[in-house]
Amino acid sequence: MSEWLDMTACQMKAAMAAGRTSSRELVAASLARIERLDGRIGAFLSTRGEQALAEAEAIDRRRASGEPLGPLAGVPVAVKDNLCTADGLATTCASRMLENFRAPYSAHVVERIVAADGVIVGKCNLDEFAMGSSTENSSSGPTRNPWSLDCVPGGSSGGSAAAVAARMVPLALGSDTGGSIRQPASHCGIVGLKPTYGRVSRYGLVAFASSLDQIGPMARTAEDAALLLGVIAGHDARDATSVAEAPPDYAAAMDAVDVSRLRIGMPREYFGEGLDAEVDQLVREAIRTFAEAGAEIVEVDLPHAPYAVAAYYLVATAEASSNLARYDGVHYGRRASEHAGLVDMYSRSRAEGFGDEVKRRIMLGTYALSSGYYDAYYLKALKVRRLIKRDFDRALEQVDCLMGPICPTAAFRFGEKTEDPLQMYLSDIYTISANLATIPGLSVPCGRTSAGLPVGLQMLGDVFSEGLLLGAARWLERARGGEGGDALGRPAILDEEGVA
Amino acid sequence: MSDERSVRLVVGLEVHVHMKTRTKLFCSCATSFGDPPNTHCCPVCLGMPGVLPVMNREAYRLGVMTAMALGCTINERTKWDRKHYYYPDLPKNYQISQYDRPLGEHGLLEIETPAGRKAVRILRVHLEEDAGKLNHAPGGEECSEVDLNRAGTPLLEIVSEPDITSVEEARAYCTSLRQLVTYLGVSEANMQMGHMRFEPNINLHVAEHGETFATPIVELKNLNSFRAVERSIAFEARRQLAEWDETHRTLKAAGKTTRGYNDDTGETFVQREKEEAHDYRYFPEPDLVVVTPEASWLEELQQTLPELPLAKKDRFVREFGLGEYDAGVLTATIEMARYFEAVAAASGSPKAAANWVTQGLAREMNERGVTAESEADFPVTASHLAELVRAVESGTINKQAGDKVLRAMIDTGRTAGEIIEAEGLAQTSDAGDLDRWIEEALAANPGPAADYRAGKKQALGRIMGHIMKASKGKANPRLVTERLEKKLSE
Repeated sequence: MSEWLDMTACQMKAAMAAGRTSSRELVAASLARIERLDGRIGAFLSTRGEQALAEAEAIDRRRASGEPLGPLAGVPVAVKDNLCTADGLATTCASRMLENFRAPYSAHVVERIVAADGVIVGKCNLDEFAMGSSTENSSSGPTRNPWSLDCVPGGSSGGSAAAVAARMVPLALGSDTGGSIRQPASHCGIVGLKPTYGRVSRYGLVAFASSLDQIGPMARTAEDAALLLGVIAGHDARDATSVAEAPPDYAAAMDAVDVSRLRIGMPREYFGEGLDAEVDQLVREAIRTFAEAGAEIVEVDLPHAPYAVAAYYLVATAEASSNLARYDGVHYGRRASEHAGLVDMYSRSRAEGFGDEVKRRIMLGTYALSSGYYDAYYLKALKVRRLIKRDFDRALEQVDCLMGPICPTAAFRFGEKTEDPLQMYLSDIYTISANLATIPGLSVPCGRTSAGLPVGLQMLGDVFSEGLLLGAARWLERARGGEGGDALGRPAILDEEGVA
Repeated sequence: MSDERSVRLVVGLEVHVHMKTRTKLFCSCATSFGDPPNTHCCPVCLGMPGVLPVMNREAYRLGVMTAMALGCTINERTKWDRKHYYYPDLPKNYQISQYDRPLGEHGLLEIETPAGRKAVRILRVHLEEDAGKLNHAPGGEECSEVDLNRAGTPLLEIVSEPDITSVEEARAYCTSLRQLVTYLGVSEANMQMGHMRFEPNINLHVAEHGETFATPIVELKNLNSFRAVERSIAFEARRQLAEWDETHRTLKAAGKTTRGYNDDTGETFVQREKEEAHDYRYFPEPDLVVVTPEASWLEELQQTLPELPLAKKDRFVREFGLGEYDAGVLTATIEMARYFEAVAAASGSPKAAANWVTQGLAREMNERGVTAESEADFPVTASHLAELVRAVESGTINKQAGDKVLRAMIDTGRTAGEIIEAEGLAQTSDAGDLDRWIEEALAANPGPAADYRAGKKQALGRIMGHIMKASKGKANPRLVTERLEKKLSE
């Protein structure tokens, strides 16, 4: 029954615990909706129907016999296809380079979900190697926005966002290097959280830019996002950059948030030129809701914000050019069938395997690291990065968190920005700073434009303030008269689906 | 004019030392040698998508120890960098190395040359991962096989300043370094297994017509024996001088080139005609964190440093009164030094112990083709040898019998005491027995006895020989000599 899928993960857990439904029923409903709708949306690159059902049945049996179950017991979950899975599904990164790559290991986060008794139903589309803001750069074709099939879902975690928005799964994992969780969450009307760098182990996440990449939850409510974050956060000895401190109890941290005492900063630089009027209005309205509840709103400055995009596209591409050097056709992945010698094999394999955007970024990054340019580009970008971090440190001395837009506009139409990479890069203008500064950032729905497209409110906080951001987001959901997507209504495509 | 010129050889050495860690530098695969290809690999050392390196703390500890032993400043913040180049034996197409913050810098290695001791300055010591190996398939097939067992194993790179000015110094530097890393337990430094690789940078400073010219620097790649280091440098020195005479090309004009070395011919050859502008695009490794060793940890490590070879040698000379040569032999390896010190302590006679180790035992080991790479390789234990030393020093047996006992100890595994007892080798000091043997000898050798009385002191040897033979070596030679001399002067 597809109405089970209107429930949040927390509601599903309660319903299973009360015996009103089973994991098998939920997983079957999830797979059935993917089957019916995904031909039009394109959220998934692969599904694991039989295996997922078998796992769900096993969990149901364990529940029946009174065994203790993990915090995600029986809940269908989707993961972005740049997270390695050793279960037989390919890990393609939406790239021809890895179209047949099957990892012999699972990402740390995948292990955590499995250990928490979550049921992974499939893997989601993305911009190739997570490089993009629209999920148009996928070797398997684009994902469509469930709110408007003519529009992009955002990116690069567009598949994960669309899968949650179309209620195929209540929970999904994305990865965020410059906004790749928050921006598609905003465009698809769901909650997306990029945790503090190091909060979640990157082991098994196919690297785009190692110093910026972070895995995070995507869900329809802040509470569900907190549930998934609680499962994936924590130290992992296999990732040297993973932080040792144990994560807090996020439910308790959310409960502890008192909005009437909150000091909220509005970065002046995030409300200037280029921001769409409707987005501006929706975001300000959301912030006003907090003010009406007693929160103090102050304007703050992030003076180096104008340099964030430039610094980001040097740091991220430099690291990407290095991280992607391993895809050479020698040990795994695509190898050109015709070649004349080693160097030609390298060139042809990479020419065939990578899409245009990936090639563009490899070239940019290679240039930025080249002898004679390193100081002027990469090293300077690192200096700007430190200044951006300092901007946030100073701002967050005055306020508890910052609020502003996620993206200058709501979801755009297919092809609108593909011809102009710079325009595409600028759609990350408000999100990339959090990655450069290593702080957490969250997107929570705050309304829809006149065209019916969702808009997200961005919340940024100090390192390890995920609990605060999630608590504030849940407060907004409730203040708006629903939780997460519910206040937005339902994407029309769900009603076209008919009663199955 | 040309006979007025002087030519100075200038050499700096980069040495790669294969470290003796149980596991690789960034994953938990075993470091091994000679196993079937690709049996010690995991996703990390295969450079698969999404996996991450984690630093081997033991490798770091051994690296810091080496840098300390070389008197380097240990960087308070040391970091990792990626060095990029494409090659099939390098799975990530970058090597994790250390660029601008090596773990140690600015040290010294004291070496012994025929001309005396000399301190060679150390520029830097850093850690990096090794690459795998390409085996080019036989039969001219157009394919190569990649073996990644070695990929990711830890290497210590030690770079000297260009302070080496002769082939002998180069050899001394390499052997001293080998001695040092084995003393520290950082490497087995097995040359046959390629545990040390040498890359000399060589040029000449030619002073003529009142000016000094530097010839183009040549870097020789991947030498793996001391002999190759010596021969290749000697060859380069000759070749560069001949080239200088012919072309007068200077370092400024020609820069640096890389040459290979053919061990069969002893000659170097052009590898890259012009130095390819290799751009390694170094940048900080974002998957690893900066290493900031705590001061207390460094202090503790400093205190655990063993006594270094030359200090030990000097102490042996000073404390035990050994000669330079013997002290050198006894400190050549840490195993030898430890063994000797144990024998010296247990016997109470360091000098005699040194003689037994460097002569008697060394001879027996030579004959048996045994080299001591570990304590277990010594054919008798230190305490057993000490027992023998005590037996000889106390006069229980004489030196000759001692040699016999040592052979028997090695062959049978019995102790000196057991052998002396069983073979009845203990010396006789009984005056009655000694006098009887002396009488017999004098009676049998009237000529030498007369010669001695006439002043020919060396005639005593014949008589002594007779006595030792008659007593089957048991007569205490010191007492015999005393009594015999007394008898003859009566």
